[in-house]
Amino acid sequence: MSLHTYDYLDGNAAAGELSKIFAIDVTAAEGQCAHCGTIKRFAEAHLYMQCPGVVARCAVCEHVLLRLVNVRERVLFEVRGMTYLSLDTTQLQKSGG
Amino acid sequence: MGTISRGFSGRRSAADVKLPPGQYLTTDFPVLSAGPTPHVPLERWEFTINEGTDVLRRWNWKSFRDLSTENFTVDLHCVTRWSKLGTHWEGVSLDTLFADVKTDAEYALVHSYGDYTTNLPLDDLMNKQAWIAFRFDDEDLAPEHGGPARLLVPHLYLWKSAKWVRCITLMHQDQPGFWEALGYHNYGDPWREQRYWGD
Amino acid sequence: MWRVGTVVALHDETATARTIVLEVPDWPGHLAGQHVDVRLTAPDGYSAVRSYSVASAPNPEGRVELTVERLPNGEVSPYLTQEVAVSDRLELRGPIGGWFVWRTQQTEPIQLIAGGSGIVPLMAMIRSRASAGSTAPFRLLYSVREPRAVFYNDELQALSDQDRSVIVTYAYTRAAPKDWPRPPGRIDAGLIANATWPSNLAPTCYVCGPTSFVENAAGFLSASGNRPDRIRTERFGPTGERK
Repeated sequence: MSLHTYDYLDGNAAAGELSKIFAIDVTAAEGQCAHCGTIKRFAEAHLYMQCPGVVARCAVCEHVLLRLVNVRERVLFEVRGMTYLSLDTTQLQKSGG
Repeated sequence: MGTISRGFSGRRSAADVKLPPGQYLTTDFPVLSAGPTPHVPLERWEFTINEGTDVLRRWNWKSFRDLSTENFTVDLHCVTRWSKLGTHWEGVSLDTLFADVKTDAEYALVHSYGDYTTNLPLDDLMNKQAWIAFRFDDEDLAPEHGGPARLLVPHLYLWKSAKWVRCITLMHQDQPGFWEALGYHNYGDPWREQRYWGD
Repeated sequence: MWRVGTVVALHDETATARTIVLEVPDWPGHLAGQHVDVRLTAPDGYSAVRSYSVASAPNPEGRVELTVERLPNGEVSPYLTQEVAVSDRLELRGPIGGWFVWRTQQTEPIQLIAGGSGIVPLMAMIRSRASAGSTAPFRLLYSVREPRAVFYNDELQALSDQDRSVIVTYAYTRAAPKDWPRPPGRIDAGLIANATWPSNLAPTCYVCGPTSFVENAAGFLSASGNRPDRIRTERFGPTGERK
């Protein structure tokens, strides 16, 4: 039903926010969409960040992969839209905590 | 709080008006969206009021536009802290749409085209508090702002004013919508600054 | 997580873009292609965060250069391009990103495709190649509105003059120089065929710019035989701003 109006960013744009959750760079992570089964690098996900949170969607079927919301000193996070995320443990974030 | 950046004030305007706590006045109209803009051809558009599996009322674009409309001016308050005052709309009151709807349901879950949802008490949609709006500033509502039609419930934070509105499902038990399920306040009164869970 | 950098130098790249040179005392180092999040805070606590690619090559001095384009309705870019002065401090988070990076150990042919301000992370890759003394074959296809909008013009000119293994092709979309062989226009299949590494060389491709530009260019790369896992992309907002 939707035409692409190219109003999304990609996984690279959310990596800063997601570094609050992940000790490993998430852009290079491979993940599977729980809805359509597509496997892609997180860098290729469609990111919507002009809203009250961070919403990552599958580049193929547009279903939500994960969401993040900042609530004062807490961060709320859900990743129900992915069957898995696979990360390379040799790529720990350099910026640390 | 972060290190103060000398000389930075952002896009805000000074104002002599009373805003809800924590809000800033803006003169532009930010476009916020959690997903791709749906493009709904008018010949396929419809709006329904449902309860369970029952469709209580249904309108297509023509029958919807045959309803009596109102022109109204309201203030918008977004939970991301911008407020836009004195916005002009044309739309159909929810009171008009719910005339002849008999229900003892107390809650509503509003669905957009796409996967966005938001919940609110049915009472907050009634009594001149809400509209399905299709014109903004004397022009057809642009898709990026929710066109062809969006819900407007100005007394609550703007995330409750679902863009690209598709249907309202009546419920006997409250059910959190897209943002209410992940940290945002279930009700969302800007004057009591109900942004997040626990506020 | 947030570090504070001090502005030590500023210089204009074009009429609307400026490079900000920061010294960040505890900078852990970065790879070419990574970005930082910059956070600005007003005295009343209001804050805005934007992402900017690091333009400088990896270096041991904690020097982080950002090239920022001023957007007409931007909230942060007008401040960064017009208000910020030497000795001001900026908060940064990063370096961020591990996929859209070029590492000096890579020896395969590299195809860079830049749309407007998308040149910034790709310039970091070109600079990284130079400072590491790498001989990896690089080609850059730089799509830009008009000649006055080119960033790093002198540096790119010098590089392609002196180093035959860095080949730069400009593609103008609105106004080309007089006698330019190609009329102004978007990247198309013909330009990809003529100005990029043939896909049978299995280059690693990096495409950066506004989202619509990236989808268009990556589509052509894919159609000309480059496998999806050899095409790395970074999308800026529709106007070129990344938030």
